Amino acid sequence: MSKLHKMPIVVGLIGLLACALILEYSVDAGWVMQLVVPRPSDTILAFPEVQADMDLFGNFFVTLAMTAAATLLALIIGVPFGYFLYRNTRYGVAYEGWLAAAFAAPTVLLYPLFLVIFGRSHATLIAMGFIPGAIPIIIQTRQGLLGVSKTLLNVGRSFNVSERDMFWKIQLPSAVPTIFTGIRIGVMYTLVNIVAIEYLIDFGGLGRIVSEMYFRFDTPGTYASIIAVVFVSVFFYWGFGRVEKWLRPV
Amino acid sequence: MADILEIKKVSKTYNADSDNPVVALDGVDLNVAEGEFVSIIGPSGCGKSTLFNVIGGLIDDHHGEVLIEGRPVDGAHKDVGVVFQEESTFPWRTTLDNVAFPLEIEGVGKEERDALARKFIKLVGLDGFENHFPAQLSGGMKQRTAVARTLAYEPRIMLLDEPFGALDEQTRMLLGDKMLEIWSALNQTMLLITHNITEAVQLSDRVVVMSYRPGTIKEIINIELPRPRSSEVISTPEFGTYVGKLWTLLREEASRGMEEAEAEIAAT
Repeated sequence: MSKLHKMPIVVGLIGLLACALILEYSVDAGWVMQLVVPRPSDTILAFPEVQADMDLFGNFFVTLAMTAAATLLALIIGVPFGYFLYRNTRYGVAYEGWLAAAFAAPTVLLYPLFLVIFGRSHATLIAMGFIPGAIPIIIQTRQGLLGVSKTLLNVGRSFNVSERDMFWKIQLPSAVPTIFTGIRIGVMYTLVNIVAIEYLIDFGGLGRIVSEMYFRFDTPGTYASIIAVVFVSVFFYWGFGRVEKWLRPV
Repeated sequence: MADILEIKKVSKTYNADSDNPVVALDGVDLNVAEGEFVSIIGPSGCGKSTLFNVIGGLIDDHHGEVLIEGRPVDGAHKDVGVVFQEESTFPWRTTLDNVAFPLEIEGVGKEERDALARKFIKLVGLDGFENHFPAQLSGGMKQRTAVARTLAYEPRIMLLDEPFGALDEQTRMLLGDKMLEIWSALNQTMLLITHNITEAVQLSDRVVVMSYRPGTIKEIINIELPRPRSSEVISTPEFGTYVGKLWTLLREEASRGMEEAEAEIAAT
C-alpha cells in the first residue's frame, strides 16, 4: 500500500482515538452522564463480558450472515429489475417515483406482517432486510445504465458490438460506480432493518444483544454491542469497496 | 487510385415529422479514393458529424446511398472505423486493453490481440504506457489511445471526428504530424472533420468546405503541397494561400451560421 493510501487510515484512527480520549475525559469530569454514555475504556472492557455472557462474536456472524443473505437477494433481484426498468422506458418512468416513495417509507413497520408470514425466524429478518436493500439497487442500476455516455455506446456500435457484449463490456462497467452507490446505500438500510427487527422481536444477532443489554441498564455492554454492529457495517463497506475496485480499477 | 467510398445524394432531416424540421444534410455527393486524406470543414451545425454518422452506419434513417467499394453500407461496417470527438476511451481499461477491445470483440485470442494492440500502441507513440488507465493519461494521449484502438480494428476507411478539437494548438499540430506518419505508414484512407483550417491544410489531399444548414458541399479544394509533410509546412507562402482561400469560403458560412444561431436564441 502506498504512503498516500495509508495516510487516510492513519489520520482516521488518530481522529477516533482523539474523540475517545476527549469522551473519556468528559465522562470523568462529569460533563457527560456516565449512565447515558460510558467511558470508552469501560466499553472496551465490556467486550469480554458480553462475549462470555451472550456470545457477542457468534452473534456478530449471525447479523453478518443475515445482512449478507438479504443483500445477496437484493442484488439478485435488484440489478436485473433495474435493467428491466432501463430497457423498458415506459415502466421505468412509471415506477421510478413509486420506488423512491417506497424507499422513503419506514418499511421496518411492516415487521408484524412478515412475522405472520414467516414466523419468528431468520426468513423474517432476511425479508425485512431485503426490502430497503433492493430499492436503492433497482433505482441506481437504472440510473447508472441511463447515464452511460452516448459516445461509449457509439464506440461499441462502430465496432459492431453485439447486444450481449454491449451490456457486459460497456454498459455494466460504465454503470458500476452508480450501481455500487446503490449497493452501499442498500446494505446500510438492510443492516439497520435487520438489527432493528432483531431488537424488536428479540431473535438472534446483535440486535437482540443490544436489546438485552439495554433492558439490563448495562450501558457499556449496550455500547459494546452497538460497536459490533458498526463493525458489520464497516465490513460490508470495505468488502463492496474491494469488489468495486476489482470491477472498476479506476 | 480507385474510389473506395462513394457518397451519393445523401440527405438527412432531423425532426422530419415535427413543425421544426432541421435539414442537416441535403444531397451530399462525395467520392474518396483509396489512401486519400480528406478533411471536411464547415461551421458548427453544418452536418459534418451527421455525415460521419451516416458513413459509419450509426444513422440509418437517411436518404441517398453510401457505398464502400461499390457495396452499400447498412449499419456499422467492418471497413469503417470512427475516432470520436468526445473522450471515448473506456476508463476502466488500461491503454493495452482499450486498444485490444475491437480484437476482443472479434474473438481474437489474448496473446495475439495483446501483440497486435502493442503494435498499434507503438505506432501512435504510446509504448511504455500500456498499463496506464485513461485517468493517468493527458488529453492528447487519450485521443491517441482512441486512434490506436480504431487502427486495431483495421478499417479500410478511418473517420476522425475532430479528435484533437479539445487539445491546445501545439499539441494539436504535433498530433497532426503523428497522424501523417500513421497515414503514410499504413496508406490508410482517412476522413477528418475539423474546425481548424490550418490542421485541414497541414494534413489533407483535399479539403471539403460545407455550407451552413442545409449542409451541402460548397467547394472542394485540392491541397497540392508536397509530401511528405509536417507541421513545418505552415511557414510556406503556399500554405498561407490555401488557408486564406479556405477562410474566404468559410467566413460567409460561419457568419450566416452565427447569425442564425443568435436569431434562434432570440426567438426562444
